[in-house]
Amino acid sequence: MSTTRDTEDVSTGTTSRHVPGEPGLWVLLFGDMALFTFLFTFYLHDRGQNPRLFAESQEHLHRTIGVINTLVLLTSSIFVVFALRALRNEHMRQLATRLAVAAIAIGACFIVLKLFEYYELVTAGMTLTSNDFYMWYFAITALHLGHVVLGLLTLTVLTRLVRSAKTAATHMAFFEGGACFWHVVDLLWIVIFPLLYLVR
Amino acid sequence: MSAVFLTRASAAWLLLAALTLSSWVLGTSQGSGDGHAVASLTIICVAAFKIRLVGLYFMELRDAPGVLRWIFEGYCVVLTTLLGVMYLVH
Repeated sequence: MSTTRDTEDVSTGTTSRHVPGEPGLWVLLFGDMALFTFLFTFYLHDRGQNPRLFAESQEHLHRTIGVINTLVLLTSSIFVVFALRALRNEHMRQLATRLAVAAIAIGACFIVLKLFEYYELVTAGMTLTSNDFYMWYFAITALHLGHVVLGLLTLTVLTRLVRSAKTAATHMAFFEGGACFWHVVDLLWIVIFPLLYLVR
Repeated sequence: MSAVFLTRASAAWLLLAALTLSSWVLGTSQGSGDGHAVASLTIICVAAFKIRLVGLYFMELRDAPGVLRWIFEGYCVVLTTLLGVMYLVH
């Protein structure tokens, strides 16, 4: 459990070290990041077998939607940072809830844009079975989309939890953990977008 | 109120947004094949730098115990190396 806070929140004048969320959560977060790293590595391996096919297939992706979705996740993430900071101040509890709701609403835009992108690709005849590039594209982005849904559900539950009058230290740690998971979702997309849409 | 909004994380967000747009311009304006190798490697390095910013300033690993921070820093280095090598070896 968290034991200290950073110096920007409490003016103790000393620097203290703080594990965001529950320490055990970090095993899961690093495990998740390692899993995606394996997928990225195998994707690049397969790309190396047929770079022309991958480059040609990549041309059909909506790069503009991809970059907008990156900005969407980054913005949602910074609102979660704001919400957490507000939550640490007893007098800003209401503001924290509003900021968390804004983060969830912005994050939900990612799902809408991603589904639109899938719809456009599928109606144009590009599916999971079209070729190796699309197999990787749909597999990696769908797995990430599942993380987005899970992250938004987690943030929604935690926002309701900390909205209660007195936020216990454990609730705060849960919210920090949920926030870190959401940042990992953002972090993974930061690699997925350039790898699938831009690198060729 | 400024303690919530005017933070290093906000500055990091601005930098992240600028880097995202730069990578997008770089990734869409170049050709393909070997002519794009430098641009692609730059885009990979920028992505790794961006995830480091997210870790340090959004996930607050900058203020985390050394072990946690250095595991994350190590992950960034391993990821950059792996992606760079796998991109070049084909």
